[in-house]
Amino acid sequence: MSDYIFELKNITKRFSGVEVLHQVPFSLLPGEVHALLGENGAGKSTLVKVMTGVHQPDGGEIFLNGVPTEFSDTRQSRQAGIAAIYQELSLFPDLDVAENIFVGRQPTAVGGRIDWRKLYAEADKLLASLGVHLELKQKARNLSIAQQQMVEIARAVSINARILIMDEPTSTLTLNEVADLFRLVRRLRQEGTAIIFISHRLEELFELADRVTVLRDGVFVDTRQIKDVSRDDLIRMMVGRKITNMFPKQDVQAGKVILKVDRLSGDGTFRDISFELHEGEILGMAGLVGAGRTNVASAIFGVQPATSGVIQLDGRQVQITSPQQAIALGLAYVPEDRQLHGLIPPMNITANISLPMLGEYSRHGWLREKEERSAAYKEARQMEVRANNIWQKARELSGGNQQKVVLAKWLATNPRILILDEPTRGIDVGTKAAVHALMSNLASEGMAILMISSELPEVLGMSDRILVMREGYLTGHFTRAEATQEKIISAATQSVTAGSEP
Amino acid sequence: MTAQNPPADRSGFSTLLWNIARFREAGISIFILILIVAVTMRNPAFLTAENFKDILLNISILAIVALGQTMVILTRGIDLSVSSMVGLVAMMVSFLVKENPDLSIPLVVLLGMLLGAVLGMFNSLIITIGKVPPIIATLGTLSIYRGLVFYYSQGTWINSFELPRSFKELSKGTPLGLPNMVIIAILVAVIVFYFLNYSRTGREIYAVGSNPAAAQFAGIRKDRIVFLVYLLSGIASGLAAVLWASRFESAQTNTALGFELQTVAAAVVGGVSISGGVGTVPGVLLGALLLGIIQNALTIVRISPFWQLAAQGLLILIAVITDKWILARVERTGKR
Repeated sequence: MSDYIFELKNITKRFSGVEVLHQVPFSLLPGEVHALLGENGAGKSTLVKVMTGVHQPDGGEIFLNGVPTEFSDTRQSRQAGIAAIYQELSLFPDLDVAENIFVGRQPTAVGGRIDWRKLYAEADKLLASLGVHLELKQKARNLSIAQQQMVEIARAVSINARILIMDEPTSTLTLNEVADLFRLVRRLRQEGTAIIFISHRLEELFELADRVTVLRDGVFVDTRQIKDVSRDDLIRMMVGRKITNMFPKQDVQAGKVILKVDRLSGDGTFRDISFELHEGEILGMAGLVGAGRTNVASAIFGVQPATSGVIQLDGRQVQITSPQQAIALGLAYVPEDRQLHGLIPPMNITANISLPMLGEYSRHGWLREKEERSAAYKEARQMEVRANNIWQKARELSGGNQQKVVLAKWLATNPRILILDEPTRGIDVGTKAAVHALMSNLASEGMAILMISSELPEVLGMSDRILVMREGYLTGHFTRAEATQEKIISAATQSVTAGSEP
Repeated sequence: MTAQNPPADRSGFSTLLWNIARFREAGISIFILILIVAVTMRNPAFLTAENFKDILLNISILAIVALGQTMVILTRGIDLSVSSMVGLVAMMVSFLVKENPDLSIPLVVLLGMLLGAVLGMFNSLIITIGKVPPIIATLGTLSIYRGLVFYYSQGTWINSFELPRSFKELSKGTPLGLPNMVIIAILVAVIVFYFLNYSRTGREIYAVGSNPAAAQFAGIRKDRIVFLVYLLSGIASGLAAVLWASRFESAQTNTALGFELQTVAAAVVGGVSISGGVGTVPGVLLGALLLGIIQNALTIVRISPFWQLAAQGLLILIAVITDKWILARVERTGKR
């Protein structure tokens, strides 16, 4: 008999006759952190959904503690002790922390009424045992993403989950929050919980995981001890080829100043932000989540105009009060949240790409479909969007391809200034490299790029200059040569220098 | 990967069926066919050209207002004031032609649409500038416009004999084979269809309804779109009002009372999503047709008038459930 707490053998899954998983094996030991790795579309999510009973496999077997098992829905898998925490957190925003932990299973007293005192006492005990500090009566909508994750983990622990699946839990966390999360994961591991951990950040896997399984195009590549593999090995296993240069930054002689921001302030989210952006330059903007970087970008793009300060384009002062004005001035903004701000998911690829430029593709208000179609096709092809055709709906695409559509949409506007907000968050290694190559090319053609990123290797690898923000203030400014990981972290986390305190 | 292609391992016939079923409107079409067959079996008089002309005549006004309503719902809004706009414009136009029987009919139609536009624009202003949620804003004007009907008419009404013959012929005349009213409704449907599918603004209406935030980032002025759809709904209601007064040869204080719910029903039964961004003109026309057939059929199979309203509601619910059921089956077949 094996020691595996959970084992999948030769799992095959088809959608519309297309195999998305081909005889994939997966095993889990009690008390291990097992990383699941692969590019977008490699089949990780489908495999997780088979484990949790969302999908039923078309072939293969599932063993739980050595016993053949079938899950026909998520309720059954939960009862069997499998809990999954997805990227989209599923708390009830208007219930408080304790209520969220015990939702649907509130302790009851006589007559079926909820025993509130017991509920709070148990929640308190549970959080203490996990070493998590949270205000029990805080409403979920007021929690940070990291805190919400903690609540979800606490909920999983409270139902005695022996197997915890975490789908990209760190993609939206700050460095400190990631450290907290890892502490909690290690604690659970010590207590014997088996954890399946999905992340695109390879560094994290080396820090946390015991074993790693790599999938590629729905096929099992290998399961290895993490200590036996290198970062390059993992990338090679994932993409099937070697990516030699993750950050293909070309050296470009920066041109004249195109955008100048002077003492820009916005309703309490950022203050006195001043910088210049040159033609052909990639200006990185580092900082913790919530430091106000996105607010600065929204102000420049006219989504949420600044309350004071000056924006100059080509030395001329401009008032940008709406996105349509910003677009007309040659700005483009690829927002942080694809689903919420970047795409119209139910619309097809063509309509998504043409959206900011409908005026260009219409005459007297009527669309000229041929022009729209050929322009969209050209952009989608240039970006190498992988889809059945350009009529496919955006929501049916993988994350990486969705991001390519958003990029195609904004590049179609022929911008002179491109603002990229977390351009590679949650997308796979291959697409990431493609996006970086694209940025480098655009800059060498003279486009000015402002890149907000929370990923330090990306900031360091792609930027000509780096700005660092903390709590609404600019706290650091480095050239490519001077910048180091330590300097940026220190500028992003140290307290604001005296004198600029509000 | 996706449900775009029919499953390969199926016979030609079931592939054909599958292709038919892929249309969003398949569910409701099937339900309409079943209904027609069932009612004809009870009473063959149902399936006659004469009766269907009657049904078309009955649903023309509904279709026009429902199409305006649809554009509003596509932006995640709702226009509850349509019935009162129809009532008010019908009353004003009727008084107008009573006093000026020689007025040119096209001019009367145009004036009705203009009045509707003014009323619709008032809704637009409350919603975009006053920042009042659509359901509350139009609930308010639903009462205000109805109140104005009473004020304007001083409680009197216009009877058939007070209206000129040419005005009555506007809806019922058949110089082109079909009643004018049906032709006007078809024309409106064609215009709205082309507007929604082939115009820049139509595309922007769908974008704003599907994802308002992303539409804003793409440089679409949401307020302008919202303003426009309530204005269009007002114009549609104004046109419908003229036809209403012409068809029923009267204008009363309770004209079109409760009609707003029928327009919402036609849109929603036709597959327009209340959460915005989803809905088609053919769907709405089928929705209106279904409502018309149900009303007509209940009379033809002699359901007691005391039961008709309840039976109508029941059939609508069955239609929506059938539609969802068929859609779910189609999607599941697609995935296998």
